[in-house]
Amino acid sequence: MAKMLMKGNEAIAEAAVRAGCRYFFGYPITPQNQIPEYMSKRMPQVGGTFLQAESEVSAINMVYGAAGSGARVMTSSSGPGISLKQEGISYIVGAELPCVIVNIMRGGPGLGSIQPAQSDYYQATRGGGHGDYRIPVLAPSSVPEAVELTIKAFDIADEYRTPVIVLGDGMIGQMMEPVDLPDELTRQLPAKPWAAGGRGAKPDADGADEGRRAIINSLYIDPQVLENHNIKLQGKYSRIAAEQLLFGSEMVEDADIVIVAYGTVARIVRSAIRLARAEGIKAGMIRPITLWPFPEAPIADAAKTARVFLTVEMSAGQMVDDVRLALNGARPSHFYGRTGGMVPAVRDVLDQIRRLAGAGQSPAIKEVLV
Amino acid sequence: MRVFEKTKALTDMPLTYCPGCTHGIIHRLVAEAIDELGVREKTIGIAPVGCAVFAYDFFNMDMMQAAHGRAPAVATGAKRVHPDSVVFTYQGDGDLASIGAAEIMHAAARGERITTIFVNNAIYGMTGGQMAPTTLVGQVTTTSPYGRDEELCGKPIRMSEMLAQLPGAAYIARVSVHDVRHVLEAKKAIRKAFETQIAGEGFAMVEVLSTCPTNWGMTPIESLKWVESDMIPYYPLGVKKGA
Ligand SMILES: Cc1ncc(C[n+]2csc(CCOP(=O)(O)OP(=O)(O)O)c2C)c(N)n1
Ligand code: SF4
Repeated sequence: MAKMLMKGNEAIAEAAVRAGCRYFFGYPITPQNQIPEYMSKRMPQVGGTFLQAESEVSAINMVYGAAGSGARVMTSSSGPGISLKQEGISYIVGAELPCVIVNIMRGGPGLGSIQPAQSDYYQATRGGGHGDYRIPVLAPSSVPEAVELTIKAFDIADEYRTPVIVLGDGMIGQMMEPVDLPDELTRQLPAKPWAAGGRGAKPDADGADEGRRAIINSLYIDPQVLENHNIKLQGKYSRIAAEQLLFGSEMVEDADIVIVAYGTVARIVRSAIRLARAEGIKAGMIRPITLWPFPEAPIADAAKTARVFLTVEMSAGQMVDDVRLALNGARPSHFYGRTGGMVPAVRDVLDQIRRLAGAGQSPAIKEVLV
Repeated sequence: MRVFEKTKALTDMPLTYCPGCTHGIIHRLVAEAIDELGVREKTIGIAPVGCAVFAYDFFNMDMMQAAHGRAPAVATGAKRVHPDSVVFTYQGDGDLASIGAAEIMHAAARGERITTIFVNNAIYGMTGGQMAPTTLVGQVTTTSPYGRDEELCGKPIRMSEMLAQLPGAAYIARVSVHDVRHVLEAKKAIRKAFETQIAGEGFAMVEVLSTCPTNWGMTPIESLKWVESDMIPYYPLGVKKGA
């Protein structure tokens, strides 16, 4: 297949189509507008449905209805819209429905800005809505990877009956890169015998159809029954953590300084560590691709040889908490971040690396937050 | 000769509604309409948040439970995936006229091929009798202890009249279940609302004036009388849109 030059947002949308997504419900918000726009064009061509909902609240509940009806379905938004979707996401989790939610992050809080940010890390990796749950979060750092992860997101969603978040920043959404789109899925999508409606009449001759009907629900009024449900969900999360962890590791083996970064920031860090290496500083990078599950063990492993860790984010410091948990005090953990749509420059990251390198055994740099 | 038969579209689960509550009658009418039209095995019902939250236990068909007010959006998702199925929402007045006002408006505006059963009991039943957008002026509730004050919160919303304005709405009717004659009329309207959907004509809703003896602080008999004496004058019965 020939490579095509595509914008991240459009590539995500086309990848969803190729993954068999036939229903899309969304609401306009920058910087993800190309996803619904692309879907509005594409869905009718493939016999699917695109619907612009009256709000993100409504869009996510349409997703609930479509997912509960057995469809591969997606929605996308950015910060303020993702906040509105949280109620629905929590219900989707409770009812164990598969779907894909794309968040092309922008600067916050409030209306914030429309520039790229990574400020929704907590919201994405801690559940986000009410209740005790996790959602697999996939964070691409290039357009081709966004394609790969979007397709994977649908598979994870179906396999575990869970929503999956594709978490990109505004840069991933807007940048153009050559991508190799896979052909339309030919394999059979998984059967969903639990889903509601329309799959032909169910046997009823003997009136013994009770129990065969689908009930899509997140209400468990009996505390013990709800606890059992929660235990089941937690079991699912343990399985996902064991089976779906993805991360990249670059020049970590001999690294003195390990930088942890995801998404677009990982690209900036990659350039910075190459420059650092050219100066003789042994820097490496661990790049979480799944933000949840988080690559705790790989970071703990790296701490056996690396001297110091630096987390770089387009936020005031969110993922760094997970890095600290992974390090568990074994090594010093530093942070450098920009917020509000400001993107860290390669030279700024390089400066941080140089300072950590120069600081010898007990690096004295302060956490820098500009 | 068979005089009475249990509707297949209801399960054997005992209803959880209070004694004298007309939610039960409305369930029965919906179930009968579905059975008479022979569509139970291709129907998807959407339960609300409210006293009818357990409707998925009572209606013997594929059911989904929706977040508070969001049933029309959930129904939209289901109907779009299974356009040949019959999809209905069953919603209270807090659910539909307050928190879910946007969802019902836009489902109607889109002409969504769904049927909505809107149970208007002029109060929030499940949470213990708070004021609803449909609470009558002067009506005492736990959050309007001096009676609903028009200055403070305006007048109750007449949802049927409002939704009937929308081109996407094909059939809108308001009925009551306070006596046998009205129950029979309600049944006809509910059936018509399902037929409208099956014919693909557009959005259909039946608003059913219903009682909440528990939170109105009345006996069941007094409640039925109050529907007639106080609710119907403000909420006139009849077909608001469609044949
Ligand atoms: C987002 C949200 N807000 C509030 C509630 C609490 N709540 C549960 S039922 C209900 C009111 C239901 O009243 P109504 O729709 O009139 O139905 P009824 O119980 O009278 O049949 C409310 C406010 C909730 N479950 N979710
Ligand atoms: S609280 Fe009111 S609406 Fe709810 S079941 Fe009891 S009487 Fe019916």
